[in-house]
Amino acid sequence: MSKIITDRRSFLKSTTAAAALVGMPAIVRAQGASRPIKIGLLAPLTGVIAAGGKELVEGFEMYWEQVGKKVGDRAVEIVIEDDASNPDTSLQKARRLVEQGNVDFLFGNILANTGLAVANYVKGTGTPYFIPVIAADDLTQRTRIPNVIRVAGYTASQTARPLADWAYKQGYRKVATISQDYTFGHEQCGGFAQMFTELGGKITQQFWHPLNTADFSPYLGQLANLGVDAVFAMETGADATRFIQQYASFGLKGRIPLMGAMNATDQSVIRTMSNEAEGIVSCAHFAEGSKEPATVKFVADYEKRYQKLPSIYGFSHYSGAMWVAEALKTIKGNVEDRPLFLKTVLATELKDSPLGKTVKLDAYGNPIYDVSIRKVEKRADGKLWNVPITSYPQVSQFWKYDPETYMKQPPYSRDFQGIKS
Amino acid sequence: MSALFTSPLRIFWLALLACGMLAPLFLPTYYVSVATQILIFAVLAMSVDVLAGFAGRTPLCHGAIFGTSTYVVLYCAAHAGLPLPLAMLLGVLAATVLAAVFGLLAVRTSGVYFLLLTLALGLIVWGVCLRWTQVTGGENGLRGQLRAQVGLSSRELYAAVLFVVAIVTFAMWRFVRSPFGLTLRGVKDGESRMSSLGYNVPLHLIIAFTASGYFAGIAGALYAVFNDFVSPSTVQLSQSVSGLLMAIVGGIGTLFGAFVGAFLIIALEQAVSMFTERWLMVLGLTFIGIMIFAPEGVLGKARLIMAARKLQK
Amino acid sequence: MLAFQIMNGLTFAALLFVVASGFTLIFGLLRIVNLAHGALYLFGGYIGFTISKLTGSFLIGGIGAMLCVAIMGLLLDQGLLRFVRGFELRQVMLTLGVAFVLNDLALVMWGGDTFTVATPEWLQGAVVIGSLFYPKFRIFVLVVGILVFISLWLLINKTRLGALIRAGVDDLEMVEACGIDIRRVFLVTFMLGSALAGLGGMLGGTFLALYPSADAEILVFSLAVVIIGGRGSLVGAAIGSLLIGLLNTFGQVWFPQLAYFVIFGPMAVLLAFRPLGLFGKAA
Repeated sequence: MSKIITDRRSFLKSTTAAAALVGMPAIVRAQGASRPIKIGLLAPLTGVIAAGGKELVEGFEMYWEQVGKKVGDRAVEIVIEDDASNPDTSLQKARRLVEQGNVDFLFGNILANTGLAVANYVKGTGTPYFIPVIAADDLTQRTRIPNVIRVAGYTASQTARPLADWAYKQGYRKVATISQDYTFGHEQCGGFAQMFTELGGKITQQFWHPLNTADFSPYLGQLANLGVDAVFAMETGADATRFIQQYASFGLKGRIPLMGAMNATDQSVIRTMSNEAEGIVSCAHFAEGSKEPATVKFVADYEKRYQKLPSIYGFSHYSGAMWVAEALKTIKGNVEDRPLFLKTVLATELKDSPLGKTVKLDAYGNPIYDVSIRKVEKRADGKLWNVPITSYPQVSQFWKYDPETYMKQPPYSRDFQGIKS
Repeated sequence: MSALFTSPLRIFWLALLACGMLAPLFLPTYYVSVATQILIFAVLAMSVDVLAGFAGRTPLCHGAIFGTSTYVVLYCAAHAGLPLPLAMLLGVLAATVLAAVFGLLAVRTSGVYFLLLTLALGLIVWGVCLRWTQVTGGENGLRGQLRAQVGLSSRELYAAVLFVVAIVTFAMWRFVRSPFGLTLRGVKDGESRMSSLGYNVPLHLIIAFTASGYFAGIAGALYAVFNDFVSPSTVQLSQSVSGLLMAIVGGIGTLFGAFVGAFLIIALEQAVSMFTERWLMVLGLTFIGIMIFAPEGVLGKARLIMAARKLQK
Repeated sequence: MLAFQIMNGLTFAALLFVVASGFTLIFGLLRIVNLAHGALYLFGGYIGFTISKLTGSFLIGGIGAMLCVAIMGLLLDQGLLRFVRGFELRQVMLTLGVAFVLNDLALVMWGGDTFTVATPEWLQGAVVIGSLFYPKFRIFVLVVGILVFISLWLLINKTRLGALIRAGVDDLEMVEACGIDIRRVFLVTFMLGSALAGLGGMLGGTFLALYPSADAEILVFSLAVVIIGGRGSLVGAAIGSLLIGLLNTFGQVWFPQLAYFVIFGPMAVLLAFRPLGLFGKAA
């Protein structure tokens, strides 16, 4: 954490300096060429997703420290602000970073509502904003904002489709879904339900529960009696922990196979769990248990540095930082030319990421991945991790649909799940 | 009205105040937006003070009333396509109606029970905003580009908000000094005495609650334009708590103390977050400190000291 | 199916009762709405989690959680609340400040990961009654809830301390006029109420998990229970818990779209007609 404090101090110094120079903008601009590239990182360091926020910062800093905190000969300065897991705070901090901190671009956020609030703000200012975790479909689809790019991120429904395909191939024909009742959940379930029913499967029932549901027992009772072949669970954070644990204690584990959205079995969730999470199948672009040499190296480095396996938050911000750094290298650090910068980021192909495979963005600013179907297994030392069992190459946010046609269908919601009957 | 302008000293203070209020126009844009926020929250805190300081009922639901207005404005302007002034009018109306309903339910209680009941009512609003996804957008909330639609820069917005806040403040000041406001104070000091004098106490309280909700609604409507965004965190308990805390820090029953309270709390948050992310802890400690050492608030304390000096003379 | 959902409602109600009974005791006698009660619950859970992990014993963890949280209650009462005695609203606001501080402190001490207290071996698995398959631990929580109710009922109705508490709830001045050192009774009550929050945290930490906002969530439920039941009433807290527990369960089954409203709606209606709750007495 001491890093964060140094960054904050330097921020303070530069703000006072900036304040002193308010009347002399010409001087500030004259120094432009040699001044450091300033990145504003928004992370939930307090509030409900604080643990994820910490990992986000860790992954981001790990990359920049490995490359000596510079791009070419321009130094990089990171200013970290706490969004408190709250959209109002997030918006206020984004304003501070852009208008007072004069950052060149923004990075980060975890919760969809914080990301959407910031995206709505940068729509007006034009500040580049990179969102490796914010998965809201429409940010790279129907309501795309040109300066918001999902480097090393994913759209919510993207990885749910291959999972549905896999499920159908396992012989599952009747599946029930249970999900947190908000857009992120609607989209992941929508991707799953649309794909699964288009293949010919049946979605028996869909349960939507509020975020932070203390007690899942009412739903588990119903799930147990539906006579389904498998359950798809879209849960994040504490809800994921509780759901998986109660699923096991009510004896459903082993009786009805459980599939999860990638966030349900992310390291941030299974790290503190034991047997009850074993065997859950999910689908993601990143799997910390992969044997791919680049992944193995990243995981080992991360574990050595932070004494824990990397979660999606740490991975995404490490890779996202790498992505933007590559683009900056191409344009020799000329971050001031925003259109060029954004164009270059979109065109950059990421080669050395922990995924070990080249990744590129589609025309809408969302990556196309080789995704893995992963299963939670116990490592030799007893720690749980996600191990790939099979993979789907080149999965885009539009699956195999034509983007224009796809975007004519309404966005996923509680009422529209793309189910084909 | 005339009493306000009699002594030269008063005029001096007012001039100084006017300068202070206009000063943010010349600051960097970020500070302009912080100043705008301070003004909006000052109105929220004053609306709390109308009830807490003048009717003796401390509410914990004004964040919900405030946020209801924000929701309605954003829904009407950004999703239903109504013109912004009409949307704002509807927002204030919704807040006022909600406050009237809350008032009807809550006025029979007092003290801690009133606090708890209003807290529970605020939670219902929060629950509805969170779950009524089709209209409220659920957890993700509603977004719009209201400010861009009317084409206000942040400085122009500050000036506009300042103008509205000045009128609203004046209205509230007149309200608490009106014969009706004096009756409210009578209710605060001795409820049974007032009812035995033939005053309809519940009716007075309902009207006070409604009026206070109306003012909170104006603040909420301004917030919609300021933020272009609303989510359940705008109606959650902590919003009501901030409103009340600002009123308390400034001084309950001083009305204008709300400006001091809003300024101190928001400035403190700005300053603290430069050094540490432990803002919640600092806020909690501030809360504890104020309750123990200065429950009458800054303006309240200042008034006490002034009064003591006058006595010495 | 119905029996199953009723069990779900009852076991959740049992947990709520353990937490809310502590809340209502303090509210009833000391007239303090302790908004830090949820934070004490969270600390109880975290402390119980840590101790049971270190010692490998669920029981020691539970006792440790209760003791530590009781001491926290002592510090809160003697260290802070004594300065604002007699001012109801200042007390409430002060405990709210304490809740903020404790919440943040928990984040600093334990980080934000979601933890669950390990279930002891003898409570793992499920019992099968007819066609009903039910986790042992949840039945254990129900039993603890009933035991807490019985012990508190005996304490309040059959002991001298209980008599003093009851007298204090009804008429504080009278008790003091009798020359009884009510302060000591207050202190014991505050510590007992806090210890119940700690116990609740340990139980809740096992099947509802511990994470940064768990304190606010349980606090909202306890508030609802106490508002419905009425200040200081043990029976009220029990009935309030049952009502909220069952509403929460069946609300989610029958009206999933209206969760929260199903809980707070009836509460608001009840309060409109009985402002002091079902069993509340005017102060």
